[in-house]
Amino acid sequence: MRTLLAILVKELLQLKRDPKILPILFIAPVIQLTILGYAATTDIKRVELAVCDLDHTATSRDLVERFTSSRYFRITAVVDSQDRFDALLQSGGARVALTIPAGFEGERAIGRSGAVQIVADGADAMSGTIGLGYAVSVLQGVSVQAGARPLVELRPAILYNPDLVSRNFMIPGVLSLIIMIMTMMLTAMALVRESELGTMEQLLVTPLRPGQIIVGKLLPYALVGLIEVATTLPVVLFWFRVPLRGSLLVLLLLTLPYMLCTLGLGLFISTLAETQQQAMMLSAFVFIMPQMLLSGFAFPIQNMPGLFQLLTYLVPQRYYLVILRGVFLKGVGFSVLWPQAFALAGLGTLILVLARLRFRRRLG
Amino acid sequence: MTLQRTLAVAVKELLQLRRDPRTALTLLGIPIVMLLIYGYALSFDVEHIRLAVVDQDGTSSSRQVADAFLKSGYFDLVAHARDIRTLDPLFDSGKVQAAIVIPPRFSADLAASRQTVLQFVLDGSDSQTATTILAYAQQIVASLSPIVRMSPGAAPVAGAPLVWYNPDLSSARFLVPGLLAFILMVTSVIATALAVVREKERGTMESLRATPLVAIELLVGKMLPYLLVASCSATGALVIARILFDVRVRGSLIWLALVTLLFIAVCLGWGVFISTLADTQQVAFQLGLLSSMLPTFLLSGFIFPISSMPPALQFITHLVPARYFLVALRGIVLKGAGPEVWWDQAAGLLVYGGIVLALSTFRTLRTL
Repeated sequence: MRTLLAILVKELLQLKRDPKILPILFIAPVIQLTILGYAATTDIKRVELAVCDLDHTATSRDLVERFTSSRYFRITAVVDSQDRFDALLQSGGARVALTIPAGFEGERAIGRSGAVQIVADGADAMSGTIGLGYAVSVLQGVSVQAGARPLVELRPAILYNPDLVSRNFMIPGVLSLIIMIMTMMLTAMALVRESELGTMEQLLVTPLRPGQIIVGKLLPYALVGLIEVATTLPVVLFWFRVPLRGSLLVLLLLTLPYMLCTLGLGLFISTLAETQQQAMMLSAFVFIMPQMLLSGFAFPIQNMPGLFQLLTYLVPQRYYLVILRGVFLKGVGFSVLWPQAFALAGLGTLILVLARLRFRRRLG
Repeated sequence: MTLQRTLAVAVKELLQLRRDPRTALTLLGIPIVMLLIYGYALSFDVEHIRLAVVDQDGTSSSRQVADAFLKSGYFDLVAHARDIRTLDPLFDSGKVQAAIVIPPRFSADLAASRQTVLQFVLDGSDSQTATTILAYAQQIVASLSPIVRMSPGAAPVAGAPLVWYNPDLSSARFLVPGLLAFILMVTSVIATALAVVREKERGTMESLRATPLVAIELLVGKMLPYLLVASCSATGALVIARILFDVRVRGSLIWLALVTLLFIAVCLGWGVFISTLADTQQVAFQLGLLSSMLPTFLLSGFIFPISSMPPALQFITHLVPARYFLVALRGIVLKGAGPEVWWDQAAGLLVYGGIVLALSTFRTLRTL
């Protein structure tokens, strides 16, 4: 125990002496969080609408007015022929185009539906789907006001994130990304630097066992990870106003098994890399990128083909994201999240054992 | 600037590249492998939505509602319940994403032409998936529901929806061109980021200085071989996109080739610029990686729509070359758009390339 403490103190002293460490620890994560938090939004706000009113009557103007007064659309072009739609949709000047046919008012007056046409730009599949959905709901509103109700009404009740704010979903994900980048990369770089400088050899001739060296090396970075959480959480909660419905304690406790994984990966990378450059390369391309894409951070796992879904079980971030989003948005605790917690603990142990084996082999 | 001297540098660089086949293969191979992996893995098409049915009516018309959801192909039935409250733990653990609640007397109401409400409970934590699921549900219910006229003259407004360019709204068609831009950016920048700094590190910059070579010839000559390599990988990636992801080029291939070449040239220029800034290959590499990967992923409109970002961030996106390329690329590939539609994007790329090349020439003059 005393020897362990000695390495811990030595590591912390070394960290303190690095002049670049303070900005990296405290400022970088906050900047990362702010940029990612603002950029990573999938909310489609006001959809650009082009209008072609061939009817020119009070009724048709009223319909157009219903589109503009809904908060879903903003009119970017008014044209007098549908032929102009192609150019507008091609250039992205409009995403949805509405045509009101000539004779619309006349049709409505005799109780017919007076079909209007809605063209959506499908190239951007996401905003196309959403724009079309908005248009249908505006038309439905008009129909109901005109006295034609669908007999069956669908009344949505949205749980956990009633306003469907994408930030509430993305920002906890960004938090997991920052913890991973900071703990994994810093650990890998520090360990490789020690081999590069040759001081690792010196440590090995001391009476310390490899296990003690590893634990002593990883603990300071576990501390670093907790500091990251402490500096970024206020930004998440008070700047981006992501609701924290569950318990903070549960969140912190379940962060520990995740850090077991990221620290273990850092150690593992350090046994693969010879230079700091290689360590950085490996972290970025082999570990961070795939995790970002396969963890469900931006792309839902359920949309992936079967083989890729299987692969995601190897990605620690996958489990931690369920934990983060569960605690933040759903307010659930250990009774729901235990499978994820155990998966992380198991995966972390496995990674550490593998890294430990490689560590010994490289020393021998 | 003479063509002959520029070509001489290009040939020298090509010879060097040939002696290091690993780099060339990486440059050719990585884009194709990345396209394969990410093209399959990334999708916004929501399917297999985990649905619970709470049927409090238990009649044939209530079963029809449940059937309509399952037959749509988007929903998988994972739970049946009589009481919505029993579903709470399933929502909490994410085992259920959506539930449709059919009220008692549903069929009686329908038979009597009385208004009835189906409740649709939805896990909103993933806002984007939730929006899509809600749109599906609304479509399904709208197609089921008869319309009642409250007054004799009342009629619903019918909207005939049409989707252009990508009628089945598959997200692969949207993402694969974006992926191409992303991959080209990262590989081209990293490839050339090392080009000039290598000469500096090895001290061969001095020997180059003794030749009649001027800075611009050196830079353009160094970029040419990589332009060739990157064009090959772009072509390979487009062929794969066509075969595996059914992304067809609707517009003119010639314009596509020209715009892609322009974009690659800008990326290479950016790489060379970094190369003139850095003193060691390691620094160049890190700068190249950082300045190409994250901004292109986040700020180019590849995944996250630029129009949803705050104005300050929208302004910054103008510094990301992929932003211009993506608009032109998606325009040509998906919409068959001609230059009159995207000329401003191409002009943006040209200006960008000019500035980058001028800056690197300036930097090289100082180092030379």
